[in-house]
Amino acid sequence: MKSSIRIASGQGFWGDLQTAPLDQVSKGPLDYIMMDFLAEVTMSIMQKQKRRNPEAGYAKDLIGYIDQILPLCVERKIKIITNGGGANPEACAEAIVHLAEKKGITGLTIGIVSGDDILPRLDALREEGHALANMESGEELEPVKQRILSANVYFGAWPIVEALGLGADIVVTGRTTDTGLTLAPMIHEFGWKADDWDKLASGTVAGHILECGGQASGGNFSGDWRSVPNLAHLGFPIAEAYPNGDVVITKHEKTGGLVSLQTVKEQLLYEIGDPRTYITPDCIADFTTIQLADDGPHRVRMSSVKGKPATEFLKVSMAYLDGYTAIGTVTYCWPDALEKAKAADQIVRTRLAEQGLTFEEIRTEFVGFNSSHGPLAVTHGDCNEVVLRIGVRDHNHKAVESFTKELAPLILTGPPGATGFAGGRPKAKEVVAYWPALIAKGVVRPSVTVRKV
Amino acid sequence: MRVQLLKICHARSGDKGDSANIGLIARKEKYYPLIEKVVTSERVKAHFEGIAFGKVERYEMPNLWALNFVLHQALGGGGTRSLKNDAQGKTLGAALLRMEIEIDEAMLEEEGTHHV
Repeated sequence: MKSSIRIASGQGFWGDLQTAPLDQVSKGPLDYIMMDFLAEVTMSIMQKQKRRNPEAGYAKDLIGYIDQILPLCVERKIKIITNGGGANPEACAEAIVHLAEKKGITGLTIGIVSGDDILPRLDALREEGHALANMESGEELEPVKQRILSANVYFGAWPIVEALGLGADIVVTGRTTDTGLTLAPMIHEFGWKADDWDKLASGTVAGHILECGGQASGGNFSGDWRSVPNLAHLGFPIAEAYPNGDVVITKHEKTGGLVSLQTVKEQLLYEIGDPRTYITPDCIADFTTIQLADDGPHRVRMSSVKGKPATEFLKVSMAYLDGYTAIGTVTYCWPDALEKAKAADQIVRTRLAEQGLTFEEIRTEFVGFNSSHGPLAVTHGDCNEVVLRIGVRDHNHKAVESFTKELAPLILTGPPGATGFAGGRPKAKEVVAYWPALIAKGVVRPSVTVRKV
Repeated sequence: MRVQLLKICHARSGDKGDSANIGLIARKEKYYPLIEKVVTSERVKAHFEGIAFGKVERYEMPNLWALNFVLHQALGGGGTRSLKNDAQGKTLGAALLRMEIEIDEAMLEEEGTHHV
């Protein structure tokens, strides 16, 4: 058994810093690189791409990154774990096989984790009695069923562990939890058991720290943000994991950014609910048991994490169409910028009302004044400029379309000093809403296969 | 004396559906008992009047010198449904740091004026 392994975060979301993956494999020692590509609405976008083209539906950026890092990963025996397979992990693996062949790389094993897509089985599952009611609101699925775009269960670390056990150098998954991508190599290397709840919880917490990339190593840091050095060359976080469950969060030397107790704490608190019950398919982690200690420059040691048995359920994430929105902006300059923007808002609302156009919601914000902090915003005299931002939402596409034509006329028919309309009319966009549900474990089984190059 | 939470805390916020969470972290261990005492869920609910329309839950994490607040119905529907510029609640952490609390001057003594 290795005495410790280093797992790097290479991507915190689909569209993250393009230099991060190569930096992580080239700038210091590493055993694994994990890349998270999937946010809640991402699967529906990928599912749409797959419907148009059966060979699409995964994170195309991933192939570009693998092109950059594969030679070094082979040379340094760094394994790659990613959920960038999205709605089509098989096609993603196929693209990686082609890439390896093109580069003349052989002896590679690619693991594929799929089976998370339950869209084709939805009716059958419901007939078997799996209601898939909204786990937050309790609503029944029936009224939105016809508008569902994607439906995926979240698998955890274990299918990836299985792929690593089959010798995979690269593991490509569909909808896997972000935390599972980091936990899996720890289980694989240290031989942790399915009921080692404390260790699984520790690896899960490490995964939570890594899953948002640079946000753990100085990005978006609200403490003394000026003290973070060299954000232009921010080093993404690395988890140095030990067999007993201890994890040191660090980053490569000679990179920018900051790993400190404060930056790690901020990420620990990011997007959590009850800290005593952080639920994943692998375990329940108790964030109130985490002990952090300074372990030298850019090193924070995490220990003592307690875990509890995993629940009997897997989470299901569904996306469905739920109407349309359009949001447009017009900029007003000094003098009287805010007053003019408010007058313009009233003009637009009057014109919409006289056309009989009503909306489920119409919202006005004044960017530069109150779009962030609403009623808590304070004024400091006359603003230099204000961006009027009006948005509407409705299930009636035509009404939303009509709204998109109402902003440009303000330039010549409203208060003076209006600009910033070079981009043209706003576009009506589909609302892709999110439907979380639970399903009993065992009803949906992961499929783990390998391909060799 | 009265200071903004900004002086003694840092914060990060994010979204889960139409709920936002704010992690409020004391800059020093000695400030944690104070924020635990005065930054109650009721006060946070009142602070976010007109922004968060549902209940506010508070969770204590003394191990991290931190409080976690979950603000329900705070993001205009959340996700792609929201018409807000800040549909993901990224700025709500800073909004909480605007809150003013009473603090013993002696406790702040060794602090610079940097964060005022």
